[in-house]
Amino acid sequence: MTRKMRPAIADRSDDETVEVALTVNGESVSRRVSVRMLLSDFLRHELGLTGTHVGCEHGVCGCCTVLIDGKPGRSCLTLAVQANGYAIRTIESVASADGTLHPVQQAFKECHGLQCGYCTPGMVMNIVGRFEESQPLDLSDDGIRDLLSGNLCRCTGYLNIIAAVRRAAELMGRN
Amino acid sequence: MSTRTFGARIERNVDPKLLRGEGVFVDDIPLPQALHAAFLRSSHARARISRIDVAAARRHPGVVEIYTCDDIGALDVEMPLLIPHPCMTNPQTQRPLARGDVYYVGQTIAMVVAVDRYTAEDAAALIEIDYEPLPVELDLAQALRDGAPLVHANVPNNLAAHFVQTSGTPDEAFAAAEHVTAITVQVDRSTAAPMECRAVAARFDAISGELTVWDGTQAPISVRGGLASVFELDEDKVRVIAPDVGGGFGQKVLLFYPDELLVPMAAMQLGRPVKYIEDRRENFIGSSQERTQIHRIELAALKTGEVIGLRDVFLHDTGAFIPYGIAVAQVASTSIAGPYRIPNIFVEFKAVYTPTVQVTPYRGCGRPQACFAIERAMDQLADELGLDRFEIRRRNLISESQFPYEREGLLFADGLKVTLDSGQYLKALGMAATELGAADFAALQAKALSEGRYIGLGLACYVEGTGLGPYEGGHVKIHPITGKVYVNTGLSTQGQGHDTVFAQIVADQLGVSPSDVIVVEGDTKAFDWGVATFASRAAVVSGNAIHKTAITVRNKVLQAAANMLDVDIADIELRDSAAWVKGSNRFVPLAAIATASNPLRYAFNKAAQAATQFAPASKHDGPPLAEGEAPGLEATDYYSPSMSTWAYGVHAAIVEVDPGLCTVKIRKYVCIHDCGNMINPMIVEGQVMGGIAQGIGGALYEHLDYQADGNLANASLADFLVPYATEIPDVSILHLETPSPLNPLGVKGVGEAGCIAVGAVIASGVEDALRPLGAAKFRQLPLSPSMIASALEQAGH
Repeated sequence: MTRKMRPAIADRSDDETVEVALTVNGESVSRRVSVRMLLSDFLRHELGLTGTHVGCEHGVCGCCTVLIDGKPGRSCLTLAVQANGYAIRTIESVASADGTLHPVQQAFKECHGLQCGYCTPGMVMNIVGRFEESQPLDLSDDGIRDLLSGNLCRCTGYLNIIAAVRRAAELMGRN
Repeated sequence: MSTRTFGARIERNVDPKLLRGEGVFVDDIPLPQALHAAFLRSSHARARISRIDVAAARRHPGVVEIYTCDDIGALDVEMPLLIPHPCMTNPQTQRPLARGDVYYVGQTIAMVVAVDRYTAEDAAALIEIDYEPLPVELDLAQALRDGAPLVHANVPNNLAAHFVQTSGTPDEAFAAAEHVTAITVQVDRSTAAPMECRAVAARFDAISGELTVWDGTQAPISVRGGLASVFELDEDKVRVIAPDVGGGFGQKVLLFYPDELLVPMAAMQLGRPVKYIEDRRENFIGSSQERTQIHRIELAALKTGEVIGLRDVFLHDTGAFIPYGIAVAQVASTSIAGPYRIPNIFVEFKAVYTPTVQVTPYRGCGRPQACFAIERAMDQLADELGLDRFEIRRRNLISESQFPYEREGLLFADGLKVTLDSGQYLKALGMAATELGAADFAALQAKALSEGRYIGLGLACYVEGTGLGPYEGGHVKIHPITGKVYVNTGLSTQGQGHDTVFAQIVADQLGVSPSDVIVVEGDTKAFDWGVATFASRAAVVSGNAIHKTAITVRNKVLQAAANMLDVDIADIELRDSAAWVKGSNRFVPLAAIATASNPLRYAFNKAAQAATQFAPASKHDGPPLAEGEAPGLEATDYYSPSMSTWAYGVHAAIVEVDPGLCTVKIRKYVCIHDCGNMINPMIVEGQVMGGIAQGIGGALYEHLDYQADGNLANASLADFLVPYATEIPDVSILHLETPSPLNPLGVKGVGEAGCIAVGAVIASGVEDALRPLGAAKFRQLPLSPSMIASALEQAGH
């Protein structure tokens, strides 16, 4: 095959851009991004924090759940510019700096609460967020199912995730 | 020997990475300067394209290239038919980009490559298409009639395939029958809906001439072979990597999806990495689906309830194309007699083209439909003969002394005669009855009824032919510095825990901890002989290949250690990552043995220094590497199954139906399951439970709602109802372990097992619950609230 000339390639869209400044996992970051960039894309592709996954981009599956000022939120339904000034926490911030798993992560491992691992970061962020709230946890069967009711998992059939929530509560002295 | 890890509930090696968000899925791979692809897809089920105008799209800022069928050169051909079969009439496969005609809503017409996905989608919307819509027929029976609108002009009556299989003498059986039961059942269209949609990224290195493709596929080696052949590249110059993959369930094993060819093509043409990340809507309208079948099943029985003959005639919807051949229908037709003796079988199917997304195997692959047909028919027969539903099954199950049980004349998907290899079917049925509390159920039901509550008992048995060939391989190598063991096989994983179960197999042979066994798969540069992950075959086929290989490496270790410690091989035992002289504290670490087995003259690490304290690993004269000897502790071997292994199980449930709301609540669910020897029961249970949840989705909620015009009305997770935790009840899973006599590990596959029986169980239970209200029978899945409402309405409620 003869080598062809390198084609001229467009290098940008004509999207309007905007400066966003926010805190991500405790660090201040600012970037100039497209006004329509999703927070999930901002985290994943601007910051390289690819632990936040995208499963549906319409707010149903919960894979993209991050903590927005401490509350679980859908990063696929949030524009990066909407997160301006907020503090975002992602799955990358959950384990200790030396890699030691957070009790919620540890519980998932012990209880086989994950298979492919795609929904897992969203599950973990949702659970961590709920565990950090001050009100008491409802650890009944129905209570845990309710806690998980914003996150889809296609692999596990949930029972081991339910067990993991209970185990995490035990590890964290919340039961 | 260390404690045996085969059979132990060992936590997974892969978990910490995935839990920390350090998994690497295709879209996570940083590819500097990557361009992004989006597709323009057909908005008509069946139409002729009279004009495509890409001018406005091409002018859109940020667009790099737009491809239609006229721009893709040699790729503008029909894609391969993966599994040919003579019963198909003029089998149709899809072109990467539509030429002239479109055949389903969602078919790819043009690909836009742009600086980002947002821009690519904008430009795709700017492409102007003139369609001349053509009439469509989605009803299977109607589509077969003369004069029905054709999906493909050159396939009369939309008949994609027609196949008959016979075992024994079914006509004689029906002539001899004392009672015949006949019912019609239907299962509707569904989809795998893995949490990660499909994804492909490609980079072409003009210097090395190497094409690297990251593909969330279940079949990286096959994709590699296909790409090399399509692009006329040396196989060595094409590397396909299936990194972490977010679920597959069969959907990620089609060769090829259009993007799998077009993305590498664009990367080569444009000299830049190109990425296509399927979105959820595209997954619904572009990626394979399954399930629609309509069965007319008849059972020829004696008054005792013994079934002596079965006739099943069914229609199978193959969608607009049939790239996978008749696999789904063939598996359904060979699973139709389930775990029952039924010696005389006639099974016939017609596969029908409809202008919808193509049908290829989705977890279960025809088995849930076959199970639904036979189990609903068994229930009906029990009703008609006045027998208990457990009892009629007891009278028909194959007993232990009858294995191997052959069904002469029925050829399974591996092309071999159906031969059920082993099992304890009757014991499993008994366990299900006990665990569910079947003996007390009548009283429970009567009590509930007196309180105005409607509970019912559901029951179903299933079999699953697993572990299809032709073969897989294993490579095992002990690292000379760390003593850790590296294992490769030709599969890819979508969450099944291969890295842990294969580690357990190897750990037992080499006396190491499973956490010191590093399994690398899904990369054609790591191992490139093999088939793919599908058909519940990984543990059976790769597992046994790795087992054989590990034994070879073990023997090398024993020999080298015996030489180094100057003792007899029989005096060596392997444990704690070392070879020990039995009954002494003399040992040599595996790392040192691996180092000493490599006749290299440098001692640049501790393992090498340690190795020098021992006698040579190889006792021979002449050059350092003896003739026929290989350096290191390493081996490669393969396993090719003689035939499929058949797993089975019994599911039973107690359900409660609210006749006001027409909702179904599962009060108790029991699964008795046998997949032979279990490598890791925790992982087996995870597979089974995941399957059950998927089965519950298929039984009650998940239904692709195609409109009469061929448009899919619920192409989103908001409308296609995958169960959340709130829909999944507690489930009690109990195991039997009847080893398969067919392979050294005695294992059978488990990946698909859980989903097979659920629909039959739920329908059986709902029917039982509503019997006091005189409601009609439930013979269609998913069993929706409107079906319950209509059954109650017909009964005058």
